[in-house]
Amino acid sequence: MVVSNQKHIEVSNFWKIFTHDQEKIDVGSPEEIKRVEKDDSKVIAVRDVSFEVNRTEVFVIMGLSGSGKSTLVRCLLRLVEPTQGKAIMDGTDVTSLDKKELISFRREKIAMVFQHYGLFPHRTVIENAAFGLKIRGESKENRRKKATEVLETVGLAGWEDYYPAELSGGMRQRVGIARALSNDPPILLMDEPTSGLDPLIRRELQEELLHLQEKMEKTTVYITHDLDEALRLGDRLAVMKAGRFVQSGTPKEVLQNPADDYVARFVKDKQEQLKEAEVI
Amino acid sequence: MPPESLELHIDYLISQFVDWLTVNYAGVFEQISDIIITLLLSVRHVFLIIPWWLLIAIIGIVGWLLTRRVTTTVTLVTLSFVIVFFGMWRPAIDTLSLVLTSVIIAIGLGIPVGVLMAEFDVINTVVTPILDMMQTLPGFVYLIPAIMLFGLGKVPATIATLIYSTPPVVRFTNIGLRQVSSEIMESATAFGTTRFQLLKEIRLPLAATSILGGINQTIMMALAMTVIASMIGAGGLGKHVLVAINRLKVGAGFEAGFSIVCLAIVIDRLSSGIAEHWRPPES
Repeated sequence: MVVSNQKHIEVSNFWKIFTHDQEKIDVGSPEEIKRVEKDDSKVIAVRDVSFEVNRTEVFVIMGLSGSGKSTLVRCLLRLVEPTQGKAIMDGTDVTSLDKKELISFRREKIAMVFQHYGLFPHRTVIENAAFGLKIRGESKENRRKKATEVLETVGLAGWEDYYPAELSGGMRQRVGIARALSNDPPILLMDEPTSGLDPLIRRELQEELLHLQEKMEKTTVYITHDLDEALRLGDRLAVMKAGRFVQSGTPKEVLQNPADDYVARFVKDKQEQLKEAEVI
Repeated sequence: MPPESLELHIDYLISQFVDWLTVNYAGVFEQISDIIITLLLSVRHVFLIIPWWLLIAIIGIVGWLLTRRVTTTVTLVTLSFVIVFFGMWRPAIDTLSLVLTSVIIAIGLGIPVGVLMAEFDVINTVVTPILDMMQTLPGFVYLIPAIMLFGLGKVPATIATLIYSTPPVVRFTNIGLRQVSSEIMESATAFGTTRFQLLKEIRLPLAATSILGGINQTIMMALAMTVIASMIGAGGLGKHVLVAINRLKVGAGFEAGFSIVCLAIVIDRLSSGIAEHWRPPES
């Protein structure tokens, strides 16, 4: 499949509706959507979301908890099955993959960093970092070599043989990042990687991420609820509310022209800070 | 008293069924018998090769390595010596061999069943009531089918013990696998694990503590059952208790009974020590 070099991720008309029964819902019909909205047993988590991410770009999806951003990013990896929609990532239509293809897609093309780290407590730091390599069957020496390298990159040299439980939160997330990077995937998904950390550590990790991004140039989808973080890290950002993108654009565009009240409230403090800064 | 005319007996049907089984499937039962007897004899052989003092020394050393506590180690060695002082070493070895034989089989059958229960909800729904039944029935009841199919002796004793003691290891395997946090499973899945890899690399190692706890329970229940199974020829310490009861020899009964307690504590400490050792470092 030939894809333009520019668009690395193309998501179109993505829907995720959680239901208790495995009922098939036709999202194309407005009446059906109205019915689902009234039904308490069904939740529309992602609603007709489309976006594109260019190669090596960091695309930030920002929203409060419950806005559907975590669900959206899980749908991209099909950790949660999307109800409808299409996602083409690195030339692969993820939504049409069968089980086997999906597994090899996850092994080769993409890696994810989790808010609560998702580290394996029974494995050492280096074993955690090498997990993806092991899963796809790389040799022991290869695993060791790559994982050691990556751990050094994230500043964890010397911690290889510790267990995650012996590390601080910030260090654990570095292990999570190392684990994602050791696979050397073209695409990274980050689900609020810094939100569990102290402000200082968070800032440090953000700087580290910027630094890594300069070096590694991964196409990244970054989820956060923190506007500061979104502005620092994002090349472009989208604001999500109740499953929808209410606005997307460069950080500057969003700051200067909030599309609606929700976004305006989101960016208000920041605008004021900027104004104050200008006054001074 | 209800009138006799209301009685409806099915005993002859069951007897007929068992007769039919033993006649038509004699070969199968013989084979099962052979396997169990071979296993039992090899286990016992190992224990009899090792001199008693060496075995006690091993118990002490292993106890020390597992717990690193002087009191535990001394207790384990002392309890072992109590068995020696009461002259119960040989029957204790018999009992221990029977326990270990049925526990080995119980683990061999129980862990795979537990894994299947954790992997497939259907199997979980089907097997759970069976396990409930196996555990609610009093141990005595298992003697009946065991005798019916295998006659008297060590083999039916092992079978009865096996039935009685398998449920814990099945349950703990199932529960242990199901309790692995969904966050950890999700992150492993995100890296492209197959179902089998997820089981082997993540779920089984994280369930190990729970599974070993189940094995410990299985061992303890097996020990309890071998004592009861002495009624159908399990031999060992249970036989000494049984004989003492029949002859109203309180003192002899105490010696044999107390030896069982000593053996139970030693096995329990060692096996739970192993389970404890397996725990991954926690935050």
